[in-house]
This record gives sequence, C-alpha cells and structure tokens, in this order.
Amino acid sequence: MSLSRREFLQMLAAASAAGMNLAACKQKSAGTSAGGPYEVPPFGNVSFLHFTDCHAQLLPVYFREPNINIGVGEALGKPPHRVGDALLQEFNIKPNTLEAHAYTYLNFEEAARQYGKVGGFAHLATLVNNLRGQRPGRTLLLDGGDTWQGSATALWTKGQDMVDACKLLGVDIMTGHWEFTYGAERVQEIIEKDLEGHIEFLAQNVVDNTFEDPIFKAYTIRELGGVPVAIIGQAFPYTPIANPRYMIPEWSFGIRDQRLQETVNQARSKGAQVVVVLSHNGMDVDLKMAGRVSGIDVILGGHTHDGMPAPTVVTNPGGKTLVINSGSNGKFLSVLDLDVKGGKVADYRYKLLPVFSNLIEPDAKMTAYIDTARAPYKTKLEEPLAVTESLLYRRGNFNGSFDQLIVDALIERKEADIAFSPGFRWGTTLLPGDAITMERVMDQTAITYGTTTLTEMTGEQIKNVLEDIADNLFNADPYYQMGGDMVRVGGLHYTIDPNAEIGKRLSDLALHGKPLDANKTYRVAGWASVREQPPGTQIWDLVADYLRDKKTVQVKEINTPKIKGMGENPGVAAV
Amino acid sequence: MNTMKRRTFLKGTLAGGVVAVAAASGLLRPAEALAAGWPKNAFTAKGMQDALKDLFGTSATTASKAIKITAPIQAENGAVVPITASTTLPNVEAIAVVVEKNPSPLAASLDIQGAAGYFRTKMKMGQTSPVHVVVKSGGKLYSAKQEIKVTTGGCGG
Repeated sequence: MSLSRREFLQMLAAASAAGMNLAACKQKSAGTSAGGPYEVPPFGNVSFLHFTDCHAQLLPVYFREPNINIGVGEALGKPPHRVGDALLQEFNIKPNTLEAHAYTYLNFEEAARQYGKVGGFAHLATLVNNLRGQRPGRTLLLDGGDTWQGSATALWTKGQDMVDACKLLGVDIMTGHWEFTYGAERVQEIIEKDLEGHIEFLAQNVVDNTFEDPIFKAYTIRELGGVPVAIIGQAFPYTPIANPRYMIPEWSFGIRDQRLQETVNQARSKGAQVVVVLSHNGMDVDLKMAGRVSGIDVILGGHTHDGMPAPTVVTNPGGKTLVINSGSNGKFLSVLDLDVKGGKVADYRYKLLPVFSNLIEPDAKMTAYIDTARAPYKTKLEEPLAVTESLLYRRGNFNGSFDQLIVDALIERKEADIAFSPGFRWGTTLLPGDAITMERVMDQTAITYGTTTLTEMTGEQIKNVLEDIADNLFNADPYYQMGGDMVRVGGLHYTIDPNAEIGKRLSDLALHGKPLDANKTYRVAGWASVREQPPGTQIWDLVADYLRDKKTVQVKEINTPKIKGMGENPGVAAV
Repeated sequence: MNTMKRRTFLKGTLAGGVVAVAAASGLLRPAEALAAGWPKNAFTAKGMQDALKDLFGTSATTASKAIKITAPIQAENGAVVPITASTTLPNVEAIAVVVEKNPSPLAASLDIQGAAGYFRTKMKMGQTSPVHVVVKSGGKLYSAKQEIKVTTGGCGG
C-alpha cells in the first residue's frame, strides 16, 4: 500500500484524533505547503537548522535504522546505543507511529510501504524555506558534511551536483569528511570557486602536517536576531586513517580538543554570546568532547548516523552542553531554537523532524535543478540490474543484507575463500520486489577508491585485521574509536566479545565449518583499500555484472557473528 | 573565507641551550649521530628498562603531572608520529621519549642545560603502544605516558 500525500495527511489526522503521538499535526500552518507534523512554532531569538551525512541523496530514499548498535564502556545502554523498542522507551515514543518508523528498524518493510520514502533535497528545501520564513533574520542552515559523496552523480561530478544543490538549499556553513576523499586540490577548488560568498567551510582540527598551520578557517561569528553567535567547524578527526591518506598527504586531523578550547575562548572574547560546534566527530566522541571542553552551548553532530529525538545534556567544568545528532541520508532536519537573554542561552526548544517525502510538497526550483543535474546520467542510473526478493539494507554493527550481496558477489567473481566489505554507515534501503538499479548499487559503493582487490592472507593475518577493526568500533574509549561499523565478512564465521580487549575479541573463526588455520594462506577479496592500488575492476561494476547474471536475488542468511557477553544490551535486538 | 595557506607562525622546536640531540626516528643518520656522541647502547636496547638504565643509570621513574604530552591519540602515519613533550619541572637536564612496544623502544633523547623543558620530534611506531616521556630534573627521573594507537585503518563511517 502506498499513500498519496492527501491520504497520508488524512491518516495522520485520524491517528492524531485517536490519541497517537502526533500532537503537532493538529495544527496546519496557513499559507505554507508543509503543514501538519512540520509545524514548529518559533521560540526565543536565535535558530539553527541542521542536517548531516545526507551522502548525496538528492531524491527520496528508504533508510532502515540499525537493529544492532552496541554501546560499550560508559556508552552502554545510553543514546545513541539503543535500538528498536529500547530506543522508543528511552524517548517515550509510541510504537507503530510515524515517529517510531523514523527512528527504528521496527516492522520496517510494512511501515516503509505505509509511510513512504524519506528525504530528498526538494522536500528538504520546502521545510527549510518554511522554517526560515517563520524565523527571519535569526536562522542559519548548517551542514555537518558527508554531503558530496554517496551517490553515482556525486562521484561522477566530483561532488559538483551536491555543491550546487547546497547553494540552492541555502546552506550557510559546513564542515567535512568524505568531502576530503576527492583530494585536497578538489576540496580547495570547490571552496575557492563555488563556496566563496555562499557557504563557509570550517574546520578547527585540520592543520598542515609539517608546521601545524591551519588549513581552513576554524570559526565564524554571525549576528542572528541581534545576537553574536560563533560557529566552530570540527571535521572528521580520523580522515587520514579511515580513508586514503594519499588523497590529503599534507593535512593532519585529530580531535584537537585543546585547540578547540582555545578557539571557544577566542570566540567568547570576541563577544560571541552563543558557541555552537558543527561536528563530524561521531556521537560518542561528541559526548566525550563535551565533557572536556568548556564554553560550548551546543554540538550539532554527525558521522555515526545517529538520529536522536532529543539532545543529550553533558555537564562540564564550564556549565552544560547540548549534544545533538541529526541522522543521515536526508532523513532528518534538526530545528533548534535558543532563547538568548543577558548574553547567554536561557532556554531552548529542539525538534528532530523526520523528512517524510509524501507529506511535503517538493520545492519547484530544487526539483527542476535535480532533474537537470540527473539528466545526462539518467539512462545509466535507471538501468535495472535485478529484482530483489529480500529487504536490502546496510546500517548496523555487522553485515547488512546488501553487504551480504556484495560479499557474495566478491567471492563468486574473484573465486575467493573470504570477502571483506567496509563497514560504511551510508547506503540506502530497498524493499522486497524493488528493482536494483545501477543507482542503488552506486548508493552502496560510490567512492573514489572503489577498486576491488584479491590478496593472499594467512589465517593469523585475517584474525589480526578483524581484531584491529573491531577495536576501532568497540574500544571503550570513544577517542580510540573510528565511527564506522565492523567490516562485513563473507565466507568466514566468527564469535565476537565486544567488551574484551584488542586481540581477544574474536574467537571460533571458521570457514565452511572448519576452523581457520593460522598458518594456512587464504584468498581474500575486498575493495576500498586505503592504500593506492593498481588499476582494476571497480566494485560497482563487479556487483552490477553479478546482479545482471542473477536477475533475481534473495538473501537467505545474513552472516551475523555470534555476539558474546552482551546480556540485555539495549543496543542489540534480534530480528 | 579563503583557506589558510600562509604559514602564520613557526614555533621554535627547541629552546636555547641544547647540548645534544639524537633521535632514532631518522632525524640524524647514524654516522652523524655517532659523531655527536650517540648513546648507541641506549638506542639499541631491546626493552624500555634497559634503555633507561643505559641512558640514566636507573629505570626508576616517578609519575608526574608536570609533564605534558601532545601527540595524536591515533597515529595518522605510524612512520612519522609527531610528539611534543613539555614540562614545568625545574632544572631539567634531559628529556627522553620511549615507545614501549617498539623493537628498540628509545625514540629520542635530549640533553638540556638551563633551557625550558620543551621538545618536539617525530617518531616511528610499529604498533599501538604506550609512549613515555621521561624527564630528568634535579637528578631524579619523572615520567608521563600516553597510549598512541596504530591501526591499519579503513572502514570509517
């Protein structure tokens, strides 16, 4: 069942009348095309709109939230490490509602058919324009980065389609992560040729790796509703480790919280009454950083793709900091209203708006822009490769079903024993019966270093690699994490104890029921190596060929490891 | 909103009064280093305790909060990991940097006379390891440490 916008609004009204958790939709704004649940009454005198990690999705998509998002150490059971019912309980959201569908994987297929797709820049534009219109002269639109990467057209235009879309959307300030995978020169070219006078690209934590001179402007001060407000950029701290260093050979990143403290102090001394950090740290790092650095009112964060319905309030020596993370894939828009009185933030209102495309009239200008941008690639994008009989998704700490297809394809095409696919958190969702087009394959694979590889590795080397990556995900100290999910694995089964130390998390490694031999050599296929590779088949071509041959695909079993020592961890739900 | 390409300042990497610097991280070639009186045994010692004993005659150190280490938490490139050591301890005579899990743990050693306790260098790290900064002050050894992670990378976000 899919609903028209009108049917959908009627249904929402009925749901609201029935006492469901949709109080906001009782009001319908006059003279705006996005009414109902999108009515957010302005509060205070300073406002921020924030989206992050849209991963270049210009059109509406499906995006399933994870059913495994384990928190270890101090993060155990705390947002964002709650999934499904545990998340709904934490934030007092009723099951089987629009909001429950937005924030969780629960009942995904049926709910997705009912509520429709999410995101899309034309829909986002309508929302942004309405909210801004209600908050004139006091609102900034902030983009947390991972904006220029994640789609076919973004890759083929080296980010240009997204740069132009963001200018049209009216983004004021951005920071970055995957942006850097186009290389230092391309980033600087875009900043100088396209962003100048439109969008400020800020990052306090990127410096020249010889003399530690800043590469980007660290912060900016803007006057909103008569209040001087500082925005500081924080790029993804581990870009040269998680992504190819050769793309940005002269730049050094890191969290650099001492430098951040100095920047906050400087902004305050120049009269900023509000300090906001636009962060691509990932939420766990944001939470730790908020406890160590004083003087920040709000961290608007991204990277780990956590869409949190309410801020986490962190206490530090200087007071309190709100930590907000705004999800991914264009699925959410954060609306933060601050009441600034007597030179400081006195109160706030916050709403994370899920962007349900059926509910919002798309903006005509943005629709026309997207059509034009896609036109040269339309045939290639829309080529149907196969039909899926299964729900295909990626997000979660371990293999998603689309990853399973990728590792299966790698093993078959490379005649490998084992396949690895990176634990990226982007990648859209397909419903059973959907055609897998080239565009949907690119949603999972569109990177500047997508060459496939085949490597001979011993059992011992394989275990060490897995241990290394598991530590980047499950180290109890967020500053030692990297913000991706566990590498996706094909062929190999294992048991994992996330609470153990590095070197001791994995056990029972087995291939086709036989224990992995530490001294034996195995053929391991993969892609997205962070080291420079000789020319070879790109992952999207390999997967596309595989799908064309199969015509119909079904993922019978997802290779999820046996997870040990988690007890009743609210970050794990069986499906 | 131009990107900042200009070098805004160059911080002095060494205060005045340095007598000798030797670093195993390749700053000096062995021949040059030997000419400068390289403490060969300390730099080739296979364990941290031996290296410190060879360098200072003892490996007993007292943990000190007066020593500050500025180094990445995760190394971007294990071959060249930047580290800055500074201390407010009085009468600093020497500063040493020790990478506990390197095959030859002593990475750098600096003798100082009458200078501020500040030292910046780059070191090579083969694997994740605690990195110790040992300061000789008033004839005694003080130390601080930080874990620096070396990872094969990939897979981020």
